[in-house]
Amino acid sequence: MPLRLAMIGRSAAVQWRVIYALLMREILTRYGRHNIGFLWLFVEPMVFTTGVTILWTLTKSVHGSSLPIVAFALTGYSSVLLWRNMPARCIGAIEPNLALMYHRNVRVIDVFAARLLLEAGGATISFITLSLFYIYIGWLEPPDDVLTVIGGWLMIGWFGASLATFLGALAEKNEIVDRLWHPISYIAFPLSGAAFMVDALPPIAQHYILYVPMVNGIEIVREGYFGSQIHARYDFPYLLGCCVGLSLLAFAQVAVINREITPQ
Amino acid sequence: MIRVEHIHKVYPTRTGDREVLNDISFTLNHGEKLGILGRNGAGKSTLIRLVSGAEAPTSGEIVRTMSVSWPLAFSGAFQNSLTGLDNLRFISRIYQQDYKNNVNFVTEFTELGLYLREPVRSYSQGMRARLAFAISMIIEFDCYLIDEVAAVGDAKFHERCEFELFQKRADRAMIIISHDADYVRKHCNRFSVLHKGKMTFYESFEQAHDIHIRNLHTPI
Repeated sequence: MPLRLAMIGRSAAVQWRVIYALLMREILTRYGRHNIGFLWLFVEPMVFTTGVTILWTLTKSVHGSSLPIVAFALTGYSSVLLWRNMPARCIGAIEPNLALMYHRNVRVIDVFAARLLLEAGGATISFITLSLFYIYIGWLEPPDDVLTVIGGWLMIGWFGASLATFLGALAEKNEIVDRLWHPISYIAFPLSGAAFMVDALPPIAQHYILYVPMVNGIEIVREGYFGSQIHARYDFPYLLGCCVGLSLLAFAQVAVINREITPQ
Repeated sequence: MIRVEHIHKVYPTRTGDREVLNDISFTLNHGEKLGILGRNGAGKSTLIRLVSGAEAPTSGEIVRTMSVSWPLAFSGAFQNSLTGLDNLRFISRIYQQDYKNNVNFVTEFTELGLYLREPVRSYSQGMRARLAFAISMIIEFDCYLIDEVAAVGDAKFHERCEFELFQKRADRAMIIISHDADYVRKHCNRFSVLHKGKMTFYESFEQAHDIHIRNLHTPI
């Protein structure tokens, strides 16, 4: 048994080394060494979120609650960035890394993991930095329950990561995935709960919209942020089921791709 | 030791599946140097990728009880948009080597100078060979897989490869692919020919070479 544990430990060390090396390699090719370099990792989503916040404030978006629009836009749009950017980066992730797979320990799952960490990290740093900034300048109240915010955020991240891995592996076999992801992610945006509270919808719509996994996650984040000011509606077991199911599908697809890939 | 057992490799093509390797088995012990001859497209590079573990066989098993290098070839192993030094950094991280210690050796061995700070994409074939070879020499493997790279380049590169690989590391196992038959004769002590998916071993280089030449001139 101790031998077994030692072996697992060694494998974990190798895996971490590979993911770290890929992470650094991704940062270099994506952001390079010019101007602010890898700071773009979270400056880019911050610019996005700030822009959307300003737009929504100017147009006085109707979101069906008495919440400040800044808080609404920040929680909503940050969440969208989290689940939407990961699949976008994982689709087509294998091709530019095929040459590196000449090294036995560099596997498809490591390539995905590096990109997921980078994308989730960027979205998270952006969310935290903007939150702190808005709180500091008085546009936002500190979250009611930080742990709930973290819980909701992690669930959205898990959903995004498993979806990204699944689509990334699938895209390797069929380019239709790449073609369809762009329109689908675009259409999914207004349905994702970023721009409305479920409670503000008619009851029949509430029932159906909760079938969209991201909506549940965003509602949890907002519950953590606003506490009893709002009535969050979500189905946690359903969201958990979606994440577990997608993760299993994702691992299965990665296993298939691992067998079929030809490094070049 | 490397034990290759009943390996098959099938690639799907537009006109149906194509069996590139058909039931290949052999064992390579410590210090043995195996030369593989074969015409273009015979599956030599594929076999080396399978032995390295970069790619999985369609069926069969490969057991490695010694450390095996990645395939030292003209393509692969490097990310083209990264510079030579960044690729060295990447490989140092993966194989847990100290990057700073290795920079000097690689700079000196490759004589690439400022090119080390340019993307590998802009390198000539000879430059890539030098970089690939130098980087693989910073990691001590029990078995090196050499797909042509050491057989090209100028005389100086040859001399250095000769010294690093065949003198300093004379005790290591190797699998060498080359279209330069003389190179294989000089550096290997086991000889085989890969033809139509089958691998055949011969007692002497001359036998293997005769068969190889005959294969070259028979239409597929």
